Amino acid sequence: MWAAGLNPGPTMLDQGFLKAPLGRLSLDSLPLHEPILIGTFIGVAVLGLVVVAALTWLGRWGWLWREWLTSVDHKKIGIMYVILGIIMLLRGFSDALMMRAQQAVAFGANQGYLPASHYDQIFTAHGTIMIFFVAIPLVVGIINFVMPLQIGARDVAFPYLNNLSFWLTASGAVLTMISLFVGEFARTGWLSYAPLAELQYSPDSGVDYYLWSLEIAGVGTTLSAINMVATIIKMRAPGMTLMKMPVFTWTALCSNILAIAIFPALTAAFFLLILDRYAGTQFFTNELGGSPMMYWNMVWIWGHPEVYVLILPAFGIYSEITSTFTGKRLFGYSSMVYATVVITLLSYLVWLHHFFTMGSGASVNSFFGIATMIIAIPTGAKVFNWLFTMYRGEIRFELPMMWVVAFMLTFVVGGMTGVLLAVPPADFVLHNSLFLVAHFHNTIIGGVVFGLFAGMTYWFPKAFGFRMDEFWGKVAFWGWVVGYWVAWTPIYIVGLMGVPRRVHHLDDVSLRPYFVVAAIGAVIILIGILGFVMSIVMGIVKRKALADVTGDPWNARTLEWSTSSPPPAYNFAFQPVVHDLDAWHDMKENGYVRPTTGFNPVHMPRNTGIGIYVAALSLTLGFGMVWYIWWLAAISFVGIVLVSILHTFNYRRDYFIPGHEIAVTEDARTRSLATGA
Amino acid sequence: MSSNVAMPSRHDGPVATRTWFVATEDHAHGGGATLIGFWIYLMSDALIFASLFAVFGVLGRNYAGGPGPKQLFDLSLVALNTGLLLASSITFGIAMMAMESDRVKRTMFWLVITGLLGLGFLCVEMHEFAELVAQGATPQRSAFLSIFFTLVGTHGAHVAFGLIWLVTMLIQIGQRGLHVENRRRIVCLSMFWHFLDIVWIGVFTFVYLYGVIR
Amino acid sequence: MTTSAASHPADHGHSHGNKQRFITGSALAVLLTAIPFWLVMSGGLHSGSATALTIFAFAMVQIVVHVVYFLHVDTKSEGGWTLMATLFTAIIVVLTIVGSIWVMYHLDVNMMPMPTAPGGMGAMH
Repeated sequence: MWAAGLNPGPTMLDQGFLKAPLGRLSLDSLPLHEPILIGTFIGVAVLGLVVVAALTWLGRWGWLWREWLTSVDHKKIGIMYVILGIIMLLRGFSDALMMRAQQAVAFGANQGYLPASHYDQIFTAHGTIMIFFVAIPLVVGIINFVMPLQIGARDVAFPYLNNLSFWLTASGAVLTMISLFVGEFARTGWLSYAPLAELQYSPDSGVDYYLWSLEIAGVGTTLSAINMVATIIKMRAPGMTLMKMPVFTWTALCSNILAIAIFPALTAAFFLLILDRYAGTQFFTNELGGSPMMYWNMVWIWGHPEVYVLILPAFGIYSEITSTFTGKRLFGYSSMVYATVVITLLSYLVWLHHFFTMGSGASVNSFFGIATMIIAIPTGAKVFNWLFTMYRGEIRFELPMMWVVAFMLTFVVGGMTGVLLAVPPADFVLHNSLFLVAHFHNTIIGGVVFGLFAGMTYWFPKAFGFRMDEFWGKVAFWGWVVGYWVAWTPIYIVGLMGVPRRVHHLDDVSLRPYFVVAAIGAVIILIGILGFVMSIVMGIVKRKALADVTGDPWNARTLEWSTSSPPPAYNFAFQPVVHDLDAWHDMKENGYVRPTTGFNPVHMPRNTGIGIYVAALSLTLGFGMVWYIWWLAAISFVGIVLVSILHTFNYRRDYFIPGHEIAVTEDARTRSLATGA
Repeated sequence: MSSNVAMPSRHDGPVATRTWFVATEDHAHGGGATLIGFWIYLMSDALIFASLFAVFGVLGRNYAGGPGPKQLFDLSLVALNTGLLLASSITFGIAMMAMESDRVKRTMFWLVITGLLGLGFLCVEMHEFAELVAQGATPQRSAFLSIFFTLVGTHGAHVAFGLIWLVTMLIQIGQRGLHVENRRRIVCLSMFWHFLDIVWIGVFTFVYLYGVIR
Repeated sequence: MTTSAASHPADHGHSHGNKQRFITGSALAVLLTAIPFWLVMSGGLHSGSATALTIFAFAMVQIVVHVVYFLHVDTKSEGGWTLMATLFTAIIVVLTIVGSIWVMYHLDVNMMPMPTAPGGMGAMH
């Protein structure tokens, strides 16, 4: 769908929109002749109205603002990230269903129900949303909630920055969602390669939505990563040396260090593409000295370590769950730590394997191919450690542990196909085929997604005080596991047969059965997703029966389980002192008695609206830039600067919770522990 | 039930006498992470510049038949600019020493000098850019010029941001003196300022001097 | 490396030693700036690459001077984490720049089309 009346010129200034109050926005930008989009809009609008009406009727606007939106509490921010991730999962998965439906029917004479330009937007949006607005928020959210509790801290190092980071991520997500109803999204794939992404070939708003959404969200992610690393460095409880940190905290540390190392490269790459599109520079153009390949190089310097940013915390989650549900200390703690660090370092040395076919030649390809194969080794070491932990343990196959087993069986296959692809000559055949697509879905779903579901199931009772409904949790589990294998096995096969990715129609009708099976698999996964939502809903409905009274429903080993469920705002009445790995287990084994008197006032940060204001202004800045509404962009930018400066004049950012209030909270817990135990 | 605030050692002693929690509150806990946090942020900023330098390394010779460094760069102007920026780093250092001696007025004086030198740097740079554009050496002309303007311009934008920060600090010091929060912020600004001078070392060496030799 | 208590932001040791270090650092920085400029502006060494390597070396040394004398990075700061972060960043900087140049240079050698018509675009320089 091409925006009407647009002549691509070398710079935006030539567009003649310098004086137009709405830039290049017009009624043509609305998808008024797209029934699917109109239907979606109506659905979203109705849902939004229902939520607004409910909040108003219940009188909860103040509560929402005070308790959640302006909160600087890492627990609340973590939960908000997870909610964002789950909402965006529904959007991203709708894109997947649409693609599977299209590819199940579009053979030979049948062009399917989606025109190519729509299909292109859908696969672009699917990938962009799943990585940036599902995986990253879910990972960041879980780390946010869990890590400070695991290290015995009261919050992260920079609570205000934490709030801002969340709202910037949400802002990016909102800008992407707006593209559904105003204008269109990029049609260039989730990494928006040059030269297709240049103004000459993609003159409409799509790539601009993509770039501004991700620049805004990327700032949020980078700031969050800095926050997490500073927290782990500075705020560990006394006695918790690095080698006494829980494995999840180690993976959080390495993942966030890696994030800090790579997001600047993505920010720079997108910034240069923005300059090409807005200022007519020649970075990634086909003429006047530009090199589109340099764009590929830069985004993959980001892109490969990014998948390790996602998988490392998942590995950490598996480690925590495995040791808890086998009742044993994790086997090979030191080697787990070293493997994590090695993966972190090596992940920066393999990026070229995403473009072996670009033509850098044999010596370059060999180096990166070998490095890619080597990086499988520390991951293998981790798998063995989990297996050895399980060996001769008393395994409780509760839901979190089921996810771990499913991960082991699924992810390992994906890892192996990765090593297969790491061989450059093989990759020359398989690059950008569906085999590749199956490989990365195998590792991301089998590794990251299963880990996130495991983690959410595991820590849900800690966050909310009751467990998720187990029956629906099992529906979710089986839906995902069976659905994954049914959906993706045929894709591996057709990939090996030579079907490329990102095609909306195929001529060879004999391939159709594979895609039909894949579509069925996608529907089974849908059951899994709905099951997950139901397990939360039914958990809420049955929360009294599923209540976690002790704070330690799984008989776990790390410090977060020493708090109540949910923990109080201040996390710990007294800062814990750590003596050994698996600190909570150590406490339980060695006569820890919970203190019930002598509470001191606790120093806490106040709430803030700054994050929301800056993020809202970032949203209007992005929207203004996308549509060439320069006055809006300028005012937004100035607004961000002014709001930030004004914020620095606020020196009153803290308060104390008096000792007697803490005593009240702790006494309530003492009573519930007495009845529950 | 009270316990000693004993920092656990490797030999934690018999289990029965273990300390499981800290009985007192450490009120100064809040600000302790600012410096390492800001340092890590600077490292991420260094990586943005590294990406831009990488692009310069790859595209820096793509003149597309247009003008190159030998035609465009006036090294005496660059030397002046470098001198201004280096001087501003030195004056910031003097300001920091004044702050350590708790001398508010002296601190503010040297910060103002730093700001003026920084402003001078930006003025010279904008003059240089204007000259280049007037000659037709625009960022759109070639990939070399695109990355030149972007790399040097991004550095300049950081300097401009630093100047805004500096002015804000001067106001805040004027209001609250060398309050502990202000001190922390000035230390961060000084790290930022020196960092920008480090990036400039890369710029004047690899872009300007090397460009002319090539 | 355990947690350290909050420290005074400007806790860099005795002020007199500080001042001496500052003067040394400033003098070194000025020198290390002036020499490369003088070298290039006066015509350079016998070969272009010798000049280039010399000014690169001066740049590297001056960066270290700034990091040590102005930014006070040492093994003690923040329990060693400042130095660790700096070294890690330096490695990533080198990998990014050198890696990109290596990859793209090989790409251009292998894939650059030869100029065909007079005045054709596509040549690297």
